[in-house]
Formats: sequence, C-alpha cells, structure tokens
Amino acid sequence: MSDLENFRAETRAWLEANCPPEMREPLKDESDACWGGRNPTFKSEAQKVWMDRMAEKGWTVPDWPKAYGGAGLSPAESKILREEMAKLGCRSPLSSFGIWMLGPALLKFGTEEQKVHYLNQIAKGEIRWCQGYSEPGSGSDLVSLQTFGEDKGDHWVVNGQKIWTSYADKADWIFCLVRTDKNDKYKGISFLLFDMASEGVSTKPILLISGNSPFCETFFDNVTVPKDQIVGELNRGWDVAKYLLGHEREMISGAGNAPVGSVGAMYKDLMAEDPLLRADMAKLDVDTLAFRAMGEKFIDEMKAGKGHPAQPNMMKYFGTELNKRRHELVMAAGGSDALEWESEASKGGARPRAWLRTKANSIEGGTSEVMLNVVAKRILDLPGA
Amino acid sequence: MPLYHTEDQAMLKDTAVQFMKAEAPTAHFRKFRDMDCKDGFSHDLWKQFAEMGFTGILIPEEEGGLGLGNVEAGIVLEEIGRNLSPSPFLSTSVAGVSALKAADKGLRDRWFPGIVSGDTVLGLAIDEGAKHRTQAIAMKAERSGNGFKLTGKKQFVVQGASADMLIVAARTGGSAGETQGLTLFAVDKDSAKMSMEAARLVDSSMAAHVGFDGVEVDGGAVIGEVDNGWAVLTRLLDAGRAGAAAELVGVGAGAMDMTVEYLKQRKQFGRLIGEFQALQHRAAHLYSEMEVARAAVLKAQHMMDEGSEKAELMVAVAKAKAGQATSLAVKEGVQMHGGIGMTDEYDIGLYMKRDRALAEFFGDANFHADRVARMHGY
Repeated sequence: MSDLENFRAETRAWLEANCPPEMREPLKDESDACWGGRNPTFKSEAQKVWMDRMAEKGWTVPDWPKAYGGAGLSPAESKILREEMAKLGCRSPLSSFGIWMLGPALLKFGTEEQKVHYLNQIAKGEIRWCQGYSEPGSGSDLVSLQTFGEDKGDHWVVNGQKIWTSYADKADWIFCLVRTDKNDKYKGISFLLFDMASEGVSTKPILLISGNSPFCETFFDNVTVPKDQIVGELNRGWDVAKYLLGHEREMISGAGNAPVGSVGAMYKDLMAEDPLLRADMAKLDVDTLAFRAMGEKFIDEMKAGKGHPAQPNMMKYFGTELNKRRHELVMAAGGSDALEWESEASKGGARPRAWLRTKANSIEGGTSEVMLNVVAKRILDLPGA
Repeated sequence: MPLYHTEDQAMLKDTAVQFMKAEAPTAHFRKFRDMDCKDGFSHDLWKQFAEMGFTGILIPEEEGGLGLGNVEAGIVLEEIGRNLSPSPFLSTSVAGVSALKAADKGLRDRWFPGIVSGDTVLGLAIDEGAKHRTQAIAMKAERSGNGFKLTGKKQFVVQGASADMLIVAARTGGSAGETQGLTLFAVDKDSAKMSMEAARLVDSSMAAHVGFDGVEVDGGAVIGEVDNGWAVLTRLLDAGRAGAAAELVGVGAGAMDMTVEYLKQRKQFGRLIGEFQALQHRAAHLYSEMEVARAAVLKAQHMMDEGSEKAELMVAVAKAKAGQATSLAVKEGVQMHGGIGMTDEYDIGLYMKRDRALAEFFGDANFHADRVARMHGY
C-alpha cells in the first residue's frame, strides 16, 4: 500500500473508533453545531467528546502546522480526511469563525507569537470569535467604515458601532476593522483583536424575519485595546480584511459542504403528480451535483495554489443563490405544512425559518451584486470603476 | 486524485490548444462549409489528428492507441469545441471506440488500425426519432442463418454518409422500453439493402437518415453479447455524453471569451459597453455557470476513468449542466454583440448553431435532468 492508502485506512479506522454515533447524524440547523468557546454549551456529551478527540488529533484544523494546533496534513491527506468523514457522515467537530476566517488571516499576516497564542486556542475550540466588519452606514461599501481607534501611546481607545456581527452575544473575542487614520480611506484601517468582555463593549441581538437572532448590533464605548493586538501593519488592515473576506465567501458559499441529498427524493409522491415542480427539482439536483464538483475542484485548486484568487466570489455567488433556490423548492413542496411556524409537527417551524434564513446568504459577506462586480472586474477584467 | 489536470494532462492541453488554433480554427470550418463539402469535415485534418495520436486516444497501447482516458479525450474535445473544428472525433474515437473496446478481438483488429491511422470513420445509429430516447429503441434484428437481419430506421447519424462502419443499436428481444433484448452491431457501410439520406444540419455538419430493409450481418458483427447490449450501449453513451459535454464547454468558453473581448472594444454612448453594470453582471453570471459546468464535466470524466459505479449519474449531470450553460453563453453572446452578432461574417452566430446541434446530440439538458431525477428515485 502507498503512504496515502495507509493514511486512508488508518483514518477510517480511527474515525470509526472515535466518532460517536450521534455525531454521524446530519446537523438540524446552525444552532445544532458545536461552537466551543470560553463557556461552551454542548448539546450533548457526544458533541464535547467529538470536539476534544478531534482537537487532540489536530484534526479540527488538519492542514495547519502542528505548532499551531493542527496536524500538518498535506493537501492530499486533508482531502482523504474530508472524504472519509463524509463517507461516515461525521459532523464537523467544531464550527468556528476562528477556523474559517481569522485563522487563515493570522497564518498569513500574524506574528509568530500571535500564531502560537491565538491559533492554538482556535484549534482547541477554547475561544469563540466574532467578526466586526459592517457598520450601519457601511454595508456593501465596507471601506467607508467609521469606528475609530484613537492612539493613546501603548493602546488604542475604540469608539463606534458594528452591525450584523454574527453571534456577538455569544463570542469571547472579536476581530474588528477600526479606522486609525481618518485621512486615507483604504490605508487608514487597522485590523484589531480584542476581548468582548472588555469594558465598554455591549451587544444587542437583532430579531430577523426567521424569528431567530444570529446577528447583533455591537457597540464600543471607549474600549481599550493594547497595541500588540493588531494583525498586520498599522493602517494596512484592509489587506488583511480583503484576504479574510475571500475565506468568508468560501465559507458562505458552502464549498466543500454543499447540501447533500435531493429535495425531490424527499417528496416522491408529490413529484409523480406535479410535473412542473418535478422539473424544477430535477434542475436543482443537476445544479447541486455540479456545484459539489465545483466545490471539490475549487478546494483542490486552492490547496495547490492554483485557481484565480477572486474565485471565492464566484463560489459565494453561485452557492448562495443555489441554496436560496433549494429552500424555495422545499417550501413549494411542503405546501401548507411548511407554513407552520409554531407547532410540534413542524419542529418549531424548521422549514420556514430555514427558508427565511437563506435570504441572508446572498447579502452577508458581500451581496450577490458585489460578487458579480468583483468577478466582472477581477476575473473578466471588464473596464470601469 | 485532485480535481484538476495533472501535469501530463496540462501538457496535452497545451498541445491540443496549439494544434486546433493552427490547423483547425474557425476559418478552417468556414472553408469547408463554403465549399459545400459533402463530408462536412476534412479527411486531411483527420489524418493530422492521427499523427497527433488523437484518433486512438482511448484505444489501448497494445492495440496501437495512446491508452488514455476520458479526461484526455475531453481535453481534445474542449479545443474542438472552442475552435468549431469539424471532425469525426467524438463519434469515432470517443463514443465508437468505447463500444468497440467491449467487442471481441476480431472486430477490434478489424477496426482499430484504421481508426488509429485516421483512415476510418464510424457513425452511430442510435436515435430513431427526433429526440434522443435510448430506451425506446424499436429497430428489429431477427436471427437469420448464422447472423441477423436488421429492419428499421435510424436518424441523426452524424457523418453517417462518410462512415466506413455504423454502430447500430437494435432489438434482438424484448420490446421498446426495456433494457433487456438490445444488441449492438458493427455494420459495414457497403451492406446491401441499406439506404442513406444525408442532410446538412443547422451547424453545417452532416447527419444521415439511414434505412435498413433487411440488412444482413453475420454473428461476428455483434459488439458484446446478444440481448445484453444495454451495458455496451451505456459505455458508448456515457463516453459520448461526457464527450459532448466537454465539447459544449469548449463551445461555451469560446463564445464567452469572444463576447467578453467584444465588451472591452465596442463603444456606445462614449464609453466601452463593458463598463455598463447591466452587461457586467450578465457576463459574470455566465462565467459562474460555465465554471460550474466545466467542474461537472471534469468530475464525470474522473469518475468514468476510475470506473466508479456512480459515473452514470455524474455524466447525466455534466451533459445537462454543460447544455444549459453553453446555451446561455451563445444566447448572451449573440445578444451582447448586437447587430453584428446576427451577421454570418461574425463567428458568434456559428457558436450558437454548433451549440444547438451538440445540445441534441446524446440527449438534451431536459432529457438528462429527467434521468438525474429518476436516478434519485423520483
């Protein structure tokens, strides 16, 4: 057997022995995931066991170096781990903006000290992070942000407001874009890390049309941030932010974990009597399977340093529009059953809430329209501002 | 196996890109169209394909070919699509060879050398109606002496009138709708009681209606097993469908690239039309569709070359997605070119015509989306 075949066999055996049966069931929704943190709330003992075992192995972040809490796996080995986890239906052991977003930015822009300190915490699920990007007046035009960090010698004093901060009320730390020079739009932003328990930080959940509150308003009132908590250079936070946005878009696109399973297959009887709906479902299955292939290709290319650097924008656009379409069809197939918002049969309105939640997919992390702008300019090289 | 081209495949791609650009660009296609060529392709070009090794790309090395897979065949097909290069490559070297690989040594020895050398062209006599409906094949093959007698009609036999041999799907048993009872035959072009009526199609390619009025073939003409031809036919169709999807991706990519270039050159209202967001967003959407189609095609080819049981599903996805995305590419292409997009002088319209023909070849996007639904059990 080749080394990779050995690795596959060992991986499969380890997963079979160590992944609790409950962790082989699909997630019911976002809140069902394991998010770790300083004061973690585990939905079950199995969830905690699974996270701890995977973290111990370095497999919460398999391709990060061992010194930072990873397992130092090669691209081929991480792909095998993903494939074997998929075969057994293993859940991701840890959902984390630290893993998906901040981690890659720290790996590229962080100092050695920052990497050792923060990345290890992220890998073990010890700190839950949130992202301070958007502001009430700065959505698609993010670079116009106003939250200001005043230089006080060995620290900054931060004042301002963020919005759409995912799970800010549950997060331990924030990575935050802060203006440190009012005279330069792009080169006047710094990328700061600070504790959400700092004096002057407050959060207020935003009730969404789904009835849930995954996002918050976040307020900073004279928050002190030590100078060693900056990532990258002073006033060059936009470079870090853009790099990180690529990873955020990849995450939201669902590349690598596109929905599995056919909606049409769940409503076979209805499909037989509603040919127009069946046609829509068939096309959805075509696009879903095609996009899964795209996700695989995209990840393989990225791990090998191939592919266009702006490709995550295309992935985000396609993946989120596809997910919205999927949930439209779930609603159409569900008929009046899927309208039930509060009932036992509907599991608390799972279908309509999930449907409404997907409407944010093509807004958060950059709207579909912004994605198309970026693809037009950076990939197709079309002219104009 | 990562889902991108290996170094060897990337080299083959460079070779194919250079070759088609130099030997069979759209100007070559126009030349043969305008001389009203009855074959619809150049035999000299087919010989050049042979010199490059392309004609025997799927034929095992020990039988004179390159012994490569569907990924490599797809690389050549994408460039054929991009340049609208007319050739019998898809029918002969991809779909036809995939069926013949399941044939006994007699048939392989008879046909492979000519395919490798670029002297032989194959035609595929599968469809019986205007739409591709493989399970509805009704053409009869009755036992007669030590062979069979074929009776019925076929259509959309691409390059049928130029073919040296037709691969014919017919019923030795069962009835229309069943997979059991089908048999594939290798039928010589000079067979008695066979009539051929060639028609030029919208994309200037040639396809024939073929009539079989008791055409006699001997037992040695059977490809694979009698009554169990469905398995061989599936191999032929999967290779053909994935191949047509790869060629479609080439057609779509060619149309898209040409259109994006045009957006960067054409000025109206005092500025480049590519500055208009209305067009930028449509172009970017098209790019996304084409990228996803390309990934689906590559995944299908990988699965076929790995011998995966689920390859058939992915092939259906690939043909459906490539058909839908490329159709968008050529429609957007003509529209964004404006008036000149309607002229024969400009190439974009040729891409629209080629897409239309390839869309039907081996089943259109709806046909394959329907198969995807069936394979999902609904």
